[in-house]
Formats: sequence, structure tokens, C-alpha cells
Amino acid sequence: MSAVGSQFVNIGERTNVTGSARFRELITAGDYDTALEVARQQVENGAQIIDVNMDEGMLDSEAAMVRFLNLIAAEPDISRVPVMIDSSKWSVIEAGLKCVQGKAIVNSISLKEGEEPFFEQASKIRRYGAAAVVMAFDEDGQADTADRKFDICARSYKFLTEEVGLPAEDIIFDPNIFAVATGIEEHNEYAIAFIEATKRIRAELPHAHVSGGVSNLSFSFRGNNAVREAMHAAFLYHAIRAGMDMGIVNAGQIMVYDDIPADLLERIEDVLFNRRPDSTDRLLEVADGHRDSGAAAAEKNLEWREGNVNERIEYALVHGIADFVVEDAEEARQAVERPLHVIEGPLMDGMNVVGDLFGAGKMFLPQVVKSARVMKQAVAHLTPFMEEEREAAGGAVEANGKILLATVKGDVHDIGKNIVGVVLQCNSYDVVDLGVMVPAEKILAAAREENVDIIGVSGLITPSLDEMVSLAREMKRQDFELPLLIGGATTSRLHTAVKIDPGYDHPVIHVNDASKAVGVMSNLLSKTARDGFVEGIRTEYATAREKHAGSGRESKRQIIAGARANKAPIDWSDYAAPVPSFLGTRVFETYDLAELRGCIDWTPFFRTWELSGKFPDILQDDIVGEAARDLYDDAQEMLDRMVTEQWLKPRAVVGFWPANAQGDDIALYRDEARTEPLAEIHTLRQQMMRGNNARPNFALSDFVAPADTGAVDYFGGFVVTAGAEIDAIASRYEKDNDDYNSILAKALADRLAEAFAERMHQLVRTELWGYAPDEDLSNADLISEEYQGIRPAPGYPACPDHTEKGTLFEILDAEAATGVSLTESYAMWPPSSVAGFYISHPEARFFGVGRIERDQVEDYARRKGMDVETAERWLGPNLNYNPDDHADRDAAA
Amino acid sequence: MIQARTKKALADELTERIVVLDGAMGTEIQALKLVSADYHGKHFEGLGNDLTGNNDILNLTAPDAIREIHLSYLAAGADIVTTNTFNATTVSQADYAMEEYVVEINSEGARLAHEACDQAMEREPGRTCWVAGAIGPTNKTTSISPDVNDPGFRAIDFDTLKDSYKQAARALLVGGVDLFLIETIFDTLNAKACIFGLEELFEETQERRPILISGTITDLSGRTLTGQTPEAFWNSVRHANPLTIGLNCSMGAEGMRPYLVELSRVADAFICAYPNAGLPNEFGEYDEEADQTAGFVREWAQDGLLNIVGGCCGTTPAHIAAIRKAVDGLPPRLAPERPAAMRLSGLEPFTVATGDAA
Repeated sequence: MSAVGSQFVNIGERTNVTGSARFRELITAGDYDTALEVARQQVENGAQIIDVNMDEGMLDSEAAMVRFLNLIAAEPDISRVPVMIDSSKWSVIEAGLKCVQGKAIVNSISLKEGEEPFFEQASKIRRYGAAAVVMAFDEDGQADTADRKFDICARSYKFLTEEVGLPAEDIIFDPNIFAVATGIEEHNEYAIAFIEATKRIRAELPHAHVSGGVSNLSFSFRGNNAVREAMHAAFLYHAIRAGMDMGIVNAGQIMVYDDIPADLLERIEDVLFNRRPDSTDRLLEVADGHRDSGAAAAEKNLEWREGNVNERIEYALVHGIADFVVEDAEEARQAVERPLHVIEGPLMDGMNVVGDLFGAGKMFLPQVVKSARVMKQAVAHLTPFMEEEREAAGGAVEANGKILLATVKGDVHDIGKNIVGVVLQCNSYDVVDLGVMVPAEKILAAAREENVDIIGVSGLITPSLDEMVSLAREMKRQDFELPLLIGGATTSRLHTAVKIDPGYDHPVIHVNDASKAVGVMSNLLSKTARDGFVEGIRTEYATAREKHAGSGRESKRQIIAGARANKAPIDWSDYAAPVPSFLGTRVFETYDLAELRGCIDWTPFFRTWELSGKFPDILQDDIVGEAARDLYDDAQEMLDRMVTEQWLKPRAVVGFWPANAQGDDIALYRDEARTEPLAEIHTLRQQMMRGNNARPNFALSDFVAPADTGAVDYFGGFVVTAGAEIDAIASRYEKDNDDYNSILAKALADRLAEAFAERMHQLVRTELWGYAPDEDLSNADLISEEYQGIRPAPGYPACPDHTEKGTLFEILDAEAATGVSLTESYAMWPPSSVAGFYISHPEARFFGVGRIERDQVEDYARRKGMDVETAERWLGPNLNYNPDDHADRDAAA
Repeated sequence: MIQARTKKALADELTERIVVLDGAMGTEIQALKLVSADYHGKHFEGLGNDLTGNNDILNLTAPDAIREIHLSYLAAGADIVTTNTFNATTVSQADYAMEEYVVEINSEGARLAHEACDQAMEREPGRTCWVAGAIGPTNKTTSISPDVNDPGFRAIDFDTLKDSYKQAARALLVGGVDLFLIETIFDTLNAKACIFGLEELFEETQERRPILISGTITDLSGRTLTGQTPEAFWNSVRHANPLTIGLNCSMGAEGMRPYLVELSRVADAFICAYPNAGLPNEFGEYDEEADQTAGFVREWAQDGLLNIVGGCCGTTPAHIAAIRKAVDGLPPRLAPERPAAMRLSGLEPFTVATGDAA
């Protein structure tokens, strides 16, 4: 046999809903665009065959299989490789076989139900022209011993080649890989049984192949990926030698056999070959010691320092270890002619490895940001030498291209933008980051001055969308030709296509996450790919616009009077509103960070870093678990310092006022006399059509006792912030070329602000307003909002108008109390802040206002004392009509 | 069922010499300059739908003209004539609302070709002529969405197309064809549906006929319309165990050569090729002279690429006569023996060697 493993065919498993949580989420959410990206990445990263599996209880698996395969057919860079149609249901397999023009593999069939269905299915497979995985499974069950595995395979082989006429070379046997080291004695022989059966199959059943799903093997070591990876590597090493020539394997999680630590390998092989009675116990003994893999282990183990300087630099970059990088960079500099050669040589080489691993899904965002930190620190060390040299000669590092990044005017959120910046720098793009709250004129002036290739803008709050629309128009007016990239939580492909793209004649592209940014940049800057790419986006957006235009007609609304008639039916006749413990405002200075830390909802924290999954399960996730654990450890470490060193001074202001609803407004009074008005909160009402006895058309005012009922009621408001100190802390890290910790600090501050809002609401319910004194909820219950009353935030679905924050800040005197201020777009600065209202009624609930009609907007504008056009601007995303149409009509009238 | 007279098996003939297939049917019909009344004939006199251009219907309305075309090719030296049934499926006849005549068109098409062959064989005792039942690609694709806004949409599904093919094939089989020719394949999934239908038909009737499979490379990308390379295409249809694999139509003999070379290299079946008479000129006419076409074909034969050769769009009996002359006496291609391997495909081929030898 030639080099072992060179013939081994690695089947991509990431388009398998049973194997990939991410893919399952995408498919169940119907996000086929992103699901296609998963397939594309897999192929780009070298998968020779892609396994497609849609076996999920909540799915119409047949329909999902057909849809996904049909979509793949339209993507030549995916459909160039064969497909493995994977299902336990024959109907799903057959539906899939009817969609592929190529020769596919069916996974799987077996003698499980007897010869009749086996014959029928195999005959059809032959007729559809596919190869087949055949499980070592018969009427008596799954084979577990070597003899039974082989006997079933031999019987299947004879039957398939002689009765069905399936070519032997199109048969792939899966002799079942089962878990070993389970503590059950019968399981001890499972690995040997597979390997032995494989040997016999390859020797006695000519032309047939052997495959298997390797991850089963280490099932009993769930949660200890280091040991699992080592077990898989050792097992594959032996199974491939025995003749296993295909496998569904997560290539990113296989160690190199030679890299398995000797003591671990010995014990693993003891288990695999059942060499001693105490094998399992002995593996368990050392398993814990090997639990820490990846960066944490790498940092502690200094063996890598023994390599040459280039190897050390690569290792440091891949593992994100900054401790030695300055001395290594210096050593490298002394070995080469020019300092630039260190950057172009070992540093870029190392970053290319990082880029490849990231692209291959073997590294994740937090790890890449750490790598960038190492890179930056090395470059920072080299820069003075290069400047020295430049003074003598001149010349600059040739970057791939240059991009300007900015958070638009009125918006202060920059975590996502910063991550994009780091990822692009990692891929040797020059990044000019103008920071936050950057007006269009400044963006455009800088773009000219810096001679950038691309402009990228970001925003998190809805008014930023308008800012992006006007930026695009301004680019057109000033005859810009640069591509404009749009990103940020509030942006969307549809908004970009419908509102931004038509304003500018050159490419406008929505980039929804950092990992996409590199692909978009490289396409835009490629001489060959650009036209096709731009044309593709243009068509996609034109399609999105058409669909949108089509869908708009369907969303019929009712007149506002009708919607009001269908308000929430709350009986106020016997209602006794709970009375807050105080009226007016109360300020909380320097709230206890340690207490807030316990209230953190971690799931969104991981989402910020593009690691998807629910906390705490994410820490044990097969794919992102390691990255998530490292990130979580770093976060805990920073939190420790934040708490003990008092980095932040969380502040809050809470207020309660006597209140009554007046129509869709909520009137607040200075005191219980309810004669002197303090302010009015203006709410918006859902205007969707409701059928008979359907849900009400909600407005927040529905949950406050109306003035005309005579019932008294109260209304609250709050602003909390993790503390303005975060800005200086983040800047300090940035100055140290430590984007990782800068982003980490900001992301933690955001979580602390959310935790503070949650904690404060709890305090309001149990003490300050005190309507639920006996509430006893866990953090998990709090996160899932299983309590009475709501705390809706202006700018979010229940009250989408950001300008109401102005009123809230005024009555709370929030800026003086907390140091939080509002930008012209009503974004809060510092960004790690949360503001909202408190409503106590037990029937109060969250809802989305959704799209509203012009009659309500006119009425709302009148109530607010705004002109209609201004109201339309603030409510832009909620309008069920195109305000421009009305403007034209009004002008014509 | 018309019993095919006991004939020498084409497979045997192919080991002995290069066999010649007929030339174009469509452009020969065009040359007759038929008008609407000819297409309608007596059969469909006064029928509302305009049948002009529905060449297959001529099997019913102008059978003599079709038989004459077959005879002219046989006279030129063709060994195989293909039935005038390229569009005789319910899917394609829907364009003319003539779905209900599909069975008749096919069985008559087979009968006409059969009669022509019988005449030729009577005239020249000892000669063997074969009838290939032509099955075109239809005007629908199972692999491509016609709606650019919805790439997951399909205008036709596998089963509908398969049943339509099967119905046509059954009528051809009843009409007595010796072979089936699945031709001008631009979407391999369509061809797979056809193969599936044929296999079902063979099983049901316990009658089997050799299958000839012929794809078309649409442009200089060297791929089928649905994106497959010639080898990927071969891997996708090899399960039909076809008598021949090959190419037709598209860019003419000169342009077809590299793809034929590739197929010849990878396919362990006989090779069949029938190019257009060059590329169409700006009027959509083919003006490659018979000698030119024959010149290219002779080179193919000399290079050992051919088992069956004929002509597609724009070729005439003159072309076939020239081709016949060009290849006569040259040895047929010998199919390569290829090691057993799992030969998969997407748009591109992917081979998993069995590694047995090692």
C-alpha cells in the first residue's frame, strides 16, 4: 500500500443536521442561503464529497432534502463534488436521488428489514445510478463482533452483486463503529471488531470499500475533546491501515497520530486493542490530565519554544500566544536583511495558516482575534525599524487593499465593526478605522485622503439605517465609485437592497458577519472575479427588491380607528394598581459589579463572537466548544479583574410616576393629585388585520389604566449603564495593540449593562415597585422573562420610536444621574447602557408594533408635535407605505 | 409488437468496423420547405393548433417524406437510421398541444424507419441496417430552474419526465426499434430519468434493447449545459451500461474533438459521435461541405476514436456518403480496460480507487 491515508476519502459532515447544530438551526429556520454557504465552505476547504442529511423530527425531511439539493445544483462551486444522500428513511433518499445529475452515494441501506426491501432499494439505487453505503445490519440487528460484521457484509455483497447487479466497486460497507471504554466489558472488543472486519472485507470482498462514522468511538469521553480527538486519530490510523478508505470525519478535529502524547497514545491503544483488563480505567486516569487542549494547554506547555524562530512565530500566531512574540520578532529581524521581510515572511506565513484554519472552520473568531493581537504586537515592535529604514530609502508594505471602516453618525456601537477590522487586518488588508459617530462628510473626505478601495459602515440602531441611505446618496452626488459595504445588527440584506442600493450606482453590499468580510473584499478587489461577483449581488438585490415589492401588497393594514377598537381587553373596573415605594427618581451609584456578574446572560456574548449555541451547552459543543471554553475562561479572568480592581462604576436611575392612559398616549403626572402633567409617553399601535376573535391590536398604553376608568395607575422608567469607564479601558488595550482584550472588555460591558437592567427590573418588581415581593426566580428564569410586568425599551419592537428616549431621559434627568447621554440619533453613550419603561400590569406583555399606516403616523406626529415627515423618518422601518409616494401625491394634489 | 427480424447484433458489428449512423432529420425536413397544410396533412386538417415546425407529426401527416429521408441516408451508406421522434414525448408535444398523439407518432416513426431499412436490406442482401429509436432531451430541464429568482424551483420533476419518456419508448419498442438513442443530452438528470424509464420498460416487457447515449457540449467551456465535464457525464450514465457513449450536435466536428478524446479515454463503452456540419452561419445555416466534415471524421477514425459516426444538424446524405467513404476500411476503436473503481461525479468526476491491487 502506498502512503497510508493518501487514499482516504474525507466526507464533509457539516451539511448534516444530525451532526452539525449550526446546520440544523439554519435548516429549521429556513435560512438556506447560509446553509449553502456551509456547503460551499466545506467544498472550498477540500471536502471531496459532501454528506447531506435532513433527518430532523421537526423538518419535512424529504422537502428539505429536495430543496437543498436543488439549490446546490445551481451553485457550480458546490455541485462540482458528488453528494452523499444520507437518511435513515428510504423515501428521503429516493427523493434526493431524483435531484442529482451526478453519480451520488446513498447512505445507507441494509438487510435490517430483510432481503425484500433490501433488494428493492438496491435495485433502485442501481437504476438511479448511485453507489451505496451498506451497514453491517441484518434481521437480527447491528453486528458487533468481527465475525458477524464480516458475515453480514459478505452476505450483502453476494446478494448485491449477484441478485441486484450492483457493481462491487460501488458498495461501501459500514461495519459499525461503536463506543469503547464504556465500562461495559462486552464493548471492549468493538474497535478490534471493526478493524478485523475491515481487513476481511478488503481481502475477501473484491472492490468493495469500507467507511464509518468515527465520532461514535469516543462517545464515553463526551466533554473531553482532547481525548476524543486523540482516540479518533489513533483509531483512524489503524483502521486506514486495515483498509478503511472513506469516512465521515470532522477533519478539523483530528490530531496528527504522531502528535498524540505518548502516554495517552499507549493507553488509547490499550483500549482500542483491548490489551489489558484495566485499559479503560487507565485511560480514565489520564483523561482528565489531557482535558485542556488548545490554547490553554499550549500556553502552559513550552515545548514549542524549542523550534526555530519561524516555527515559533507560526505557533504563537496559531495559538494566540503573545508572551514571546516581541523577542521572536526581534530574533527574526536580526536574521533577515530588512525588518519588512519578517512581516512578509514568517508573520504573514503564520497569518496565512491562521486564515486557512479559520476558513476551514478549524479556528474560530475569538482565536483569530487573539492571533491578530500577536501579529499586531510583532508589527509594533518592527515598525520603528522600518521607519528608520524608510527614512533612508522609502517604500511601504504592499497590502491587499485598503478599507475605511466607520460607525455612522449618531451611532456608538462598534464591537462588530472592530471585529471586521481585525479579521481584515489578519488577511493583510489595510484598515482605516474612523471610530464611531462619524458623519458622512468625514467618511468621504477620509476615503479620498486615504485613497481607500472600499468603504464599510456599521450601525446598530434603526436611525443608522437612514444615515446609511443618505451616505449612499451622497456618494453618488460626489461621483464616488468605491464599493460600499453595509454591516451591523440592525442592517439587513433586504434593507440594503431596497433602500440603500438604489441610491448609488456602484456596488452596495450587505456583509452580515465578519467571516464574510474577507470573501467580499477579495471578490471586490479581484480583477477577474469582481464583475461576476458584483453582477451576482446586483441580480440578487434586484430580485430581493422585486419580491419585496410583491410582498408589500399582501401586508394589509386596518385603519387606526379599527385597530383601537380592538385594543387589549383589560377590565379596569376592580383594578387596584400596586403603588411604588417611592415617586420621582432614585439614583444608584457604583452598583456592585460582583452582583451583576451573576446575572449575565452569556448566550448573546458568544453570539457577538460569532459562536452560535446556547450557554452553557456551547462550552461542550463538538465544533466550537474549545473556542467557546477559551473565550469563556478569558472572560472570567477579565471579570475577576473588573470586579476586584473596580474597573467600572455601574450607575442607574429609576423613576416612578402616577400615570393614566389617554388614548394611545400615557400621561405622567407630577404627583398623586394627577393634576399637573409631567410628560406624555406616546405609544404606537399594531395595525395588522385581525380575523374574528383573534388577538388584539396592542399598544403599550393598553396596559396602563385609562384616565376615563377612574382607576389610578403608575408608570416607571430607567437608565442603567455599565459605566463610561469602559471607553478608556478599551482604548488602552487598543493602544497596546490588543484588539482581543479591547473587544472582550466592550462585549463584557454590554453584558453587564444588560445584566444590570435585568437585576434592576428584579429589584423594581420585588422592592422598588414591590408588586411581586415573593418572586423567586433563577437566572435562567429571568433570562426567559418569566415574571410579571415588562420593561420595553424605546427603539425596540413594542415602542419603535427612538425619540421617546428623549422624554425618558428628561424626566429621569438621566444624563446628570448616570453620565449616559444621547446622540442625535438617540443612541446612548456609552454604548453599554440600557434604557426603558416599567409597566406592572399582570397582562402586560411584549409585542411588535410591526408595520403601521399613514393615518396612525399622521395622528402620532400630531400628538408628538412633530411634522409628518420627521415622524416618518424616525419610524421608517415600521412604515407600511413608501413615504416618497405620499410626498409625490401630496405635491401633486 | 413488430418482431425485429433476426439481425446481427450491433455490438458484434462494432468490434469489426466503424458503423455509420444517418445524418440530420430536422434540416432535411426544413429543406422540403413544408407549409402549414403539409404539417396538418389529412390527419389534422382543420385542427386549430398550428403544427408548423412540429417535425415529428410528419410521421403521421407526411409519412412518405420521412421514409424518403431515411431511404436517402441508407442509400448514402448509413447502417443505422434514427427515427423521426426527437420531440415525440408528451413534454415536448405540449408545445403544439399534441400530447395525445405521442404514442402514434412514435410507433409510426419506428415503422417508417423499419420499412426503409427492410427495403434497403432487400435491395442489398447481406446488408444489415438498424433502427435507432430517437429520444430527445425535451424542452424542460430537471436540473435547472427556469426562474432566475428561485434557483430551487423546477419546471418538471424526475418522475413526470421519466413517465413521459417511458411512454414514448414503449411505443418505439412496439414499433420495432433495434436500439434506443438518448441524444442531445444537455441535462444529465433528464437522461437519468430516461434511463430509469427504459429500465422499467425493459423489466416490464422482458424485452431489452441496447442503449446509445449521446450528450452535447454546449460551448467552449467543454461542459454540458448543466455544467458537467465529459468524464463526469460518463460517470453519471455509466449505470445504464450503454452500448455506446458519445457526443452529438453542438459545435461541429472540429470543435468536438477534444471532448471526444476525453470520453474515448475514460469510457469503457463504444464511442458514437455525430457532429453538426460545422457551426451555423449568421443565417443559422450550416455550410460545412461534406468533404470537410468527412476530413475531420477521418482523422478521428485514424486516431482510433470511433465506433459509430454520423451527422447531426446540417448534415445531408452527401455528408453521410463522404463520411462512409472516409472511414471505410479504418479499424474501429478499442475500448480501454479500466480498473474497477467507484467513479462518482458532481459537475466533475471523482474516483475512489478500490486499492485492491495494492
